Order: sequence, then C-alpha cells, then structure tokens
Amino acid sequence: MNWLADFFGDPSHWSGPDGIPVRLLEHLEFSAAAFLVAALIAVPLGLFIGHTGRGALVVVVAANAARALPTLGLLVLVVLLAGVGTVLPVLIPLIVLAIPPILVNTYQGVRGVDADLRDAAYGMGLRGRQVLVRTLIPVALPLILLGLRLAAIQVVSTATIAAFVGLGGLGRFIIDGLATKTYADVIGGAVLVAVLALAVQFAFVLLDRVAVSPGVRQSR
Amino acid sequence: MITFEDVTKRYRDGTVAVDDLSLEVPTGAITVFVGPSGCGKTTSLRMINRMIDATSGRITLNGQDVREIDPPTLRRGIGYVIQQAGLFPHRKIVDNVATVPYLLGWSKKKARARAMELLELVGLDPSLAHRYPFQLSGGQQQRVGVARALAADPPVLLMDEPFSAVDPIVRASLQDELLRLQSELRKTIVFVTHDIDEAVKLGDTVAVLRVGGRLAQMAGPATLLTEPADDFVREFLGRDRGIRRLSFISAKEVRLSPPPADLVTDEDGRPLGWRSGGGLAAYGVFNPEADSLRVALDAALLSPNGVAVAVDEEGRVRGVAGRDAIDELLAEYAPPVAGPAAGAQSSRGGPPTVGPPPGAGSSQGAPT
Repeated sequence: MNWLADFFGDPSHWSGPDGIPVRLLEHLEFSAAAFLVAALIAVPLGLFIGHTGRGALVVVVAANAARALPTLGLLVLVVLLAGVGTVLPVLIPLIVLAIPPILVNTYQGVRGVDADLRDAAYGMGLRGRQVLVRTLIPVALPLILLGLRLAAIQVVSTATIAAFVGLGGLGRFIIDGLATKTYADVIGGAVLVAVLALAVQFAFVLLDRVAVSPGVRQSR
Repeated sequence: MITFEDVTKRYRDGTVAVDDLSLEVPTGAITVFVGPSGCGKTTSLRMINRMIDATSGRITLNGQDVREIDPPTLRRGIGYVIQQAGLFPHRKIVDNVATVPYLLGWSKKKARARAMELLELVGLDPSLAHRYPFQLSGGQQQRVGVARALAADPPVLLMDEPFSAVDPIVRASLQDELLRLQSELRKTIVFVTHDIDEAVKLGDTVAVLRVGGRLAQMAGPATLLTEPADDFVREFLGRDRGIRRLSFISAKEVRLSPPPADLVTDEDGRPLGWRSGGGLAAYGVFNPEADSLRVALDAALLSPNGVAVAVDEEGRVRGVAGRDAIDELLAEYAPPVAGPAAGAQSSRGGPPTVGPPPGAGSSQGAPT
C-alpha cells in the first residue's frame, strides 16, 4: 500500500513531461490510433465477409494467427525493419493484435443473423446494401461491439510495450521502474493501466446501452 | 393472375425441385400449394417473387414475365409472409409493419398511420405497436407478419407455411382470421402448406404436388375430396374424405319439419332438450343459414332420436331435421359415377360452398 502512496503522493509525478497526465495522454494516443486503424480495417472487412460469405477463410486465418503471434516479438521485428524513433513499431503490433477480435466477432455477428430474418428482409424488397445496413448490422451490433471492446482493452493494456522502444506512455513507469528498481513506479504504472482498461470496458457498456436496440438486447 | 408455364427448377447437383409445372393462379382467390416435403411447393412459391429463379419456363404476373422485373421492385409489390414471421427484432411492431411503405418512400407519419390501421385489421391491440417482437406471442407475431405483408396494399400475397409454427388452437383462429380478411380484401393469395386439412379449409383452389415437383391434381376442395385423381392424392387426402366433403355442402337445403311436441324450449323458443322419461335428453343444433351439412349430420348424431334441431341466428328453434331429411340431401350430392378419367378432368361446378368464399372452382388436368 505504501508503494501506491509513494507513487501517487509524489507531486513530481503529476507534472512535467514524464508526469502521469502526459504519460496517460501519450498512452491514449497510441491506443486510440491503433484501435481506430484496426477498426477501420476489420469492421468493413467483417461486414463484407459476413454478408457475402466470400473470403471466410481470412477470418479463420486471422483468428488463429492472433493466438500464435507474440506481440513483443513483432515489436522487435518492426523496430529492426523500420528503425527506432518512429511510432510505427508500436502501432503495427497493436493493430495486428486488435484486428482479429473485431474481425471475428463482426463476421460471426453478421453470419449468425437468423436465416429467416435475412429471407424476410429480401422478401420485403430490401436491396443487398439495405439488408446489411437496416437489418444485419442492427441485429449483429451486440457482437460487433463486443469485438471492439475486446480489441480496445487489449490495445490499452498492451500499449505499455511502447516503452520498450523508447517511446512514452504508461509503460515508461513500469520499464523504468524495473530498470531502476523503483518498485513504487512499477506498481503505480501497472495500476494506471488496469484502471484505464476498466474505464474502456465501462465506456463500451454505456455505448451498448445507447446503440443497441432494446428489441435486440432483450431477446438475447 | 399468376401463370406458371412449363416451369422447371433444377439445382446444380441435378436435383429437380419443380418439374414442368403449368398452372394458373386465379385473381382474388386463395390458391393452396400442398404436398409432402420435397414436392417443390415452397420453391414454386418463391419463384413468384424471385427469391428463387426458375431454370426454364416462365412465370407471369398479370401477363408480365417476372424475370423482366428487378427483384426488389417486384417484391415490394407482393406481400410475403413466412413461417417464423421473420420480424425485425430491433424494430418496434409499428415500424415492422411499415417496412415496405418506408421502402416505397412514404413519409414516416403516413407509413405509421397505415401500420396502425393494419394492426387493427389483423385483430391486434394498438397498444402493441410500440413493443418489440420478442414481447409478443407466436400467434401475435404471425399476425404482425400478415399486417406487414399487407402494408402497401399489394394485390398479391405469398404465404409460406405461415401458421405451421403455432399451436393448433391459435392456428385455427389465424386461419379463420385469414378467411375473414380475405372476404374483405379479395387478394390473390398463394398459400403453401403441408397440412391437407389447412389446404382444404383455406383454398378456393388446391394444387396437390407430389415429390419431384410434379402437379398431381388441381381442383376445388370439394372436388378434390370427392374425385381424387389418383392413389397418391387419395392417400394424401387421408381418412374420412366422405365426411369431410360434407363441409362444402350448405345445410340450407335440408328439408325441415315443424318441431315435435317432445322438444322442450324456453319462453324465447330456444331448445332445452328432448323430453325423455322424467328428464331432458341431449340435443344437437345447426343453423341452416350458416352451417354445412356436416354440422347438420353431427347434430342429428348427437340426439338420441337422431333428429337435428335447426335454429336461427339467435338460437331459436326453426324446425327439425331427421336423418331421413339429411339422407335425401346426401343422396343428391352423392359423388358422380366414376368415368375413366373422372378425377383429373372433372370441372363440375360443385355444390354451394360454405366457409371459404366461392372462388374459382375450376380444376385443371393433371400431368400424366
């Protein structure tokens, strides 16, 4: 408990370029950038594959690759290829990490829509795109949001690796703390990351409340 | 009018779902496609609104080949009701019903007003309008499905086993409701079912299909029951054809006698029972204006003396009919002496119909 008091009680931790606010902001920047790029790639792709049924293999490969791929290994690889000093080595592993949960859940959500419902939508005279936008997406939304939530939490927790390649973020407290045996910093940094992950989780719960139709939420 | 001309549906694996089907669906009447699973009845239905396209042959709607119409445009002009209702779970009931009006670009206000009208028409409480589908029972959902299909007032309605997922009591009430609606709306309805009783009850014309997608017989229900074209149709119709056929003969022509003295009535003239020893025995009633000969016969069988009591709308005794009176009418409507191809070719006008509105009683020759 003392370590937490040491960390959060130290006024020098609350200001300056290596203070908590700045590190938190950096952390959020990496995370948000990686998450947005991943979502922009994976949501449309998942919708397309789920709606048309074409390219389902991509989803399977993505799901398996995600489990096998070591994030840290990829980080080192990109650093070796792209060099230190850019933000790319951090973004690429985070994007790669975030794509599979979004892709798989979006695909599953759209595929999982009741065949009768799809049939009714076409039978009423909706066109392909209208079926997707007016029927499939609203019904699949809970799963699409679940994918986004899992991805966001993973990205926020994993963004700590930015510190390995000399970038900022909350990982700095952990990496530097380990190097200098300042365990209060290590624990304080870890707690901040955990709190941030919980906040993301909570934000998605709220989003689910607002965006998902009561008719879909209740009938699950 | 919808016409099938030599329509065949063959899938890539060689399965033939519908084989050289030619028939006419008369305007303003209910035509039922019935048959065992694998007879191509649903496929035939879905070819009308191009949910499936025929391999060869053509289907015309008021003279126009449906293949010439862009499918979404075609479908917006045809009501479509499916088995599990297929309501959109994320939309309120009122917006489900207004689906096609929205697609046709109606204003939200006009579409919703129309939807409310339809909810009432299909017998649903308007307070259900702002619920979601999961909050409704299966029977209510099915009514919403019918309302949705009728929303843009299409002249044609396709119904694919719409009532097969609900329990028998709800099914019977939905069937009665459909007949009531149809007597007002006079839509051209194509109704698919595997249940021959439902087919006979609802159809003005019934097309019996056999496995492999061939038409076995197409006729009015009374003709079908009296003169099945072949063993397949006979077997498919099941037991009690003779008795069931009586449902299509009106009891109006039953010769009534004045009520005998031992029929006890109350002061308004409503029957109380047959005097029997010290007490009253059971009796059966029928209304000659509304009931069929089947009901009259049943009423006779329920009375110990074999006499059925005829009553009017208010339940007051109008007379009685003994089994001899009923038998006279039975003799009059006896099936014709069978000729060599009587079943398939008959186009007898048929006796006055009860229940389903008298529609095209025409029958068509079955393929050989």
